[in-house]
Amino acid sequence: MKRSLPFIIVIAVGLSAIGSGTYLYRTKKGANPALQISKTQGSAPGEVVHSVGPENAQITLEEFGDFQCPPCGKLSEPLNAIQKKYNLRLIYRNYPLPNHSHAKEAACAAEAAGRQGKFWPMHDLLFREQAVWSNSTDARSLFQAYAGMLQLDLNRFKTDSESPGVQQKVENDQGRGASIGVKTTPTLFLNNEAVPPDQLDPAKLSTFVENAMQKTRPSS
Amino acid sequence: MKTGRLQTLFYTAAALVALIGIGEATYLTVMFLTGETAVCGGSSDCFQVLGSSYAHIGKIPLSGLGAVAYFSVFSFATFAAFGYAFARRFFSWTVLAMFCMTLWLLFVQAFKLHAFCRYCLFSAALVFLLTGLVVAAPAPQKN
Repeated sequence: MKRSLPFIIVIAVGLSAIGSGTYLYRTKKGANPALQISKTQGSAPGEVVHSVGPENAQITLEEFGDFQCPPCGKLSEPLNAIQKKYNLRLIYRNYPLPNHSHAKEAACAAEAAGRQGKFWPMHDLLFREQAVWSNSTDARSLFQAYAGMLQLDLNRFKTDSESPGVQQKVENDQGRGASIGVKTTPTLFLNNEAVPPDQLDPAKLSTFVENAMQKTRPSS
Repeated sequence: MKTGRLQTLFYTAAALVALIGIGEATYLTVMFLTGETAVCGGSSDCFQVLGSSYAHIGKIPLSGLGAVAYFSVFSFATFAAFGYAFARRFFSWTVLAMFCMTLWLLFVQAFKLHAFCRYCLFSAALVFLLTGLVVAAPAPQKN
């Protein structure tokens, strides 16, 4: 018995590791594709939605993002390129994560810029400069500097950034995300269906969108 | 040659440490396979390391290789604890290889990626612990 015991232990541990790994994989894999926005959860009437591209586009990509999240930053430029390439509608919604100290401030800065018609330039600038302001102790000053670069009315920007309306807009986006099961960023929905996390790589996303376009294209 | 009581204790401890390593590496491998490494809970350092090109060789995640390495260490330590002489040598060489790999990965994190991932640091601590056990393990008793 003693001679065979190490073999039994090693095989048991090996099988347990494979078994628990498979179980974890299935649990995680099964959890994500279930995300789906139902039509009843479309934009509320009168709600300001930040979007680029035609409203009647064949494909709508809705992103729940956090300006301080590096994967969101990495995806920002490729998403802009995909939007232009396929002429799709791209919607951005704020989903600042609580573990990012400046994420909500950044979301408010983007919303405040949006009130002066510069949401997307601020969106792009925040992602481009993410590494700078993320590590800053005074991110707010940097956001004001960015507002200056975008030639915004600075007094209005400062007031809007801290206004209850802007805070509420960010919280509404967060609430909407939470209600449909968004837990992390970036979370993308393509025509109301969640994009699997393993497709969030810029190269894979382009192929994913292209496949979706072929599926939705009306047959001639 | 007989395995002394102290040696049995050393190898049992090493097997337990390797068991923790198997759990951690398996978890990271699953994260990679489900694409969660790309998201990484929004942690910037975690993403920079686990999402980097150093985190995989082709389509094989480094964490998967780590799981195999930890499993090998666990197996050799278990056999060594039960007195199999051949296992002691394999155990030492595998831990040595893992130690070298850990040093390389720490170098990559410190000087190339400028970010440290907590999972990787935990794994590095486990490998250092295993290396310590290899160094401190008593020599086999001779009859």
